[in-house]
Amino acid sequence: MEATAGQTADVIAATAHAASGGALDPFTFRLAIFVLAIFVGYFVVWSVTPALHTPLMSVTNAISSVIVVGALLAVGVQLAADGNWISKAFGFIALVFASVNIFGGFLVTQRMLAMYKKKG
Amino acid sequence: MISADIAALLYLVAGVLFIMALRGLSNPRSAQQGNRFGMIGMGIAILTTLALAAPSDWVSWVLIIGGIGLGGGIGAYMARTVKMTDMPQLVAAFHSLVGLAAVFVAAAALYAPEAFGIGIPGDIHAQALVEMSIGVAIGAFTFTGSIIAFAKLNGNMSGKPIILPARHAIHIVLGVAMLVLVWAFTVSADPWLFWAITVLALVLGGLMIIPIGGADMPVVVSMLNSYSGWAAAGIGFTLGNTALIITGALVGSSGAILSYIMCKAMNRSFISVILGGFGGDSASSAAAAEDDRPVKQGAAEDAAFLMKNAGKVIIVPGYGMAVAQAQHALREMADLLKKEGVTVKYAIHPVAGRMPGHMNVLLAEANVPYDEVFELEDINSEFAQSDVAFVIGANDVTNPSAKTDKTSPIYGMPVLNVEDAGTVLFIKRGMAAGYAGVQNELFYRDNTMMLFGDAKKMTEDIVKALGH
Repeated sequence: MEATAGQTADVIAATAHAASGGALDPFTFRLAIFVLAIFVGYFVVWSVTPALHTPLMSVTNAISSVIVVGALLAVGVQLAADGNWISKAFGFIALVFASVNIFGGFLVTQRMLAMYKKKG
Repeated sequence: MISADIAALLYLVAGVLFIMALRGLSNPRSAQQGNRFGMIGMGIAILTTLALAAPSDWVSWVLIIGGIGLGGGIGAYMARTVKMTDMPQLVAAFHSLVGLAAVFVAAAALYAPEAFGIGIPGDIHAQALVEMSIGVAIGAFTFTGSIIAFAKLNGNMSGKPIILPARHAIHIVLGVAMLVLVWAFTVSADPWLFWAITVLALVLGGLMIIPIGGADMPVVVSMLNSYSGWAAAGIGFTLGNTALIITGALVGSSGAILSYIMCKAMNRSFISVILGGFGGDSASSAAAAEDDRPVKQGAAEDAAFLMKNAGKVIIVPGYGMAVAQAQHALREMADLLKKEGVTVKYAIHPVAGRMPGHMNVLLAEANVPYDEVFELEDINSEFAQSDVAFVIGANDVTNPSAKTDKTSPIYGMPVLNVEDAGTVLFIKRGMAAGYAGVQNELFYRDNTMMLFGDAKKMTEDIVKALGH
């Protein structure tokens, strides 16, 4: 019933675990994704034209707010145990902050990009 | 409800869409589409989470919809109303929110670990504790660091570096204390240690940014961008969420690259920026050597005449132009010149604004076409073939002593070769030194004409003179 994001990645990890003959820890798998993503980021960001570095910053701001998935999990916890209402409250605060960033970040990026026009 | 496998794949799709959002920025034409990819990716990530762990009670749904509505409304309002000159402040404010969100998500995971699949209360996996403490430390650091950066950029706080005695020793002691706390928390999982880490990181974030001067803010903003990414990645490991891990890595490397570009543009090492103290009193001693050599002075009519009869004019805007709100008058001037058959180009130094790419946005807002705007390395050789270089609101980035004078504080910094142009027109309020506190050799050159006055007023006067 309580399927979570944590378990999802564990599924991917478990698949990799099986594929590697049981030698792979889920953490290793996540670390591999992380390291590869750093390289992808490195090459993609170097190809960004300097004229768009400000929109780059505002859009990276918006996407780093994908941390909202953690906030959503926290807001949705079942109020069974003692500590859970604390998590719900923290989750709600994080949800509001992340939402400010998501909407603010994408919309301000949109607003800036709409101003870039060609000659004529 | 969807299966965990499907959800994992959807998170991966979201991560790929975020990569494409950044990829789109390689060209202004594809940028808007890239931004839409980013929005779709975010939508997928949110809906997947809701479908995967759908709350069964209505209270949670009210909180979720209310939270997104409240935050989204505030964000949309800020995005619509912010002035383009205030963009660095907005970005700093957004960084602080990412940092804070990371702290609260980590705290939520600590009190309800079962919802995040990292154990049960009182028995959280040690590995998750390490990831959590790293995430919360970087998040809290990003929060206070960004608040200080915001205050400095917004003028709530002086741009002068604030130097505490023995600050390096203080930082090292606090840094070591941090490592001890993280270790203790990993062993004991005591919530009090979690909060001690948070408080210490908050203090450290503030202390680290306070000694950094206003001139270095473009680096600081980029650096905090990077940190907000690493904080997100830390939480991504705790949650085991691929979308979050990928995004954190992307944002982390993006901010790091921007910091590097900014440092290089100022010929400063990253370490010396972090250690702080630049742009304060130590630099102003060089400026104290006041010069009373004669300078050639001109009026708006002289400038109009020179440019009207030129074949090619390169405009060099700096942040002073934006402060004076002269960009619209400047574009008007360029339009009139183009009508006269003059080729007009804009030359942008990487640190022309208060954050990477800031000047380009300000010019775009004033309807300057982006294909007339060139970066330093693309246009620097063209000054020699141009008749007029029109410097407005820039100073240090045109200083030729950065190329020749080894004793100059800005020696080695890449500068625009404006002195190679037939005539240099230099709009300036007075003879004061630039941001770095260095006197500009350019003012005393034979081919330089100083136009003293407010950038906007002077440009408007030139526009008027061109009209006749």
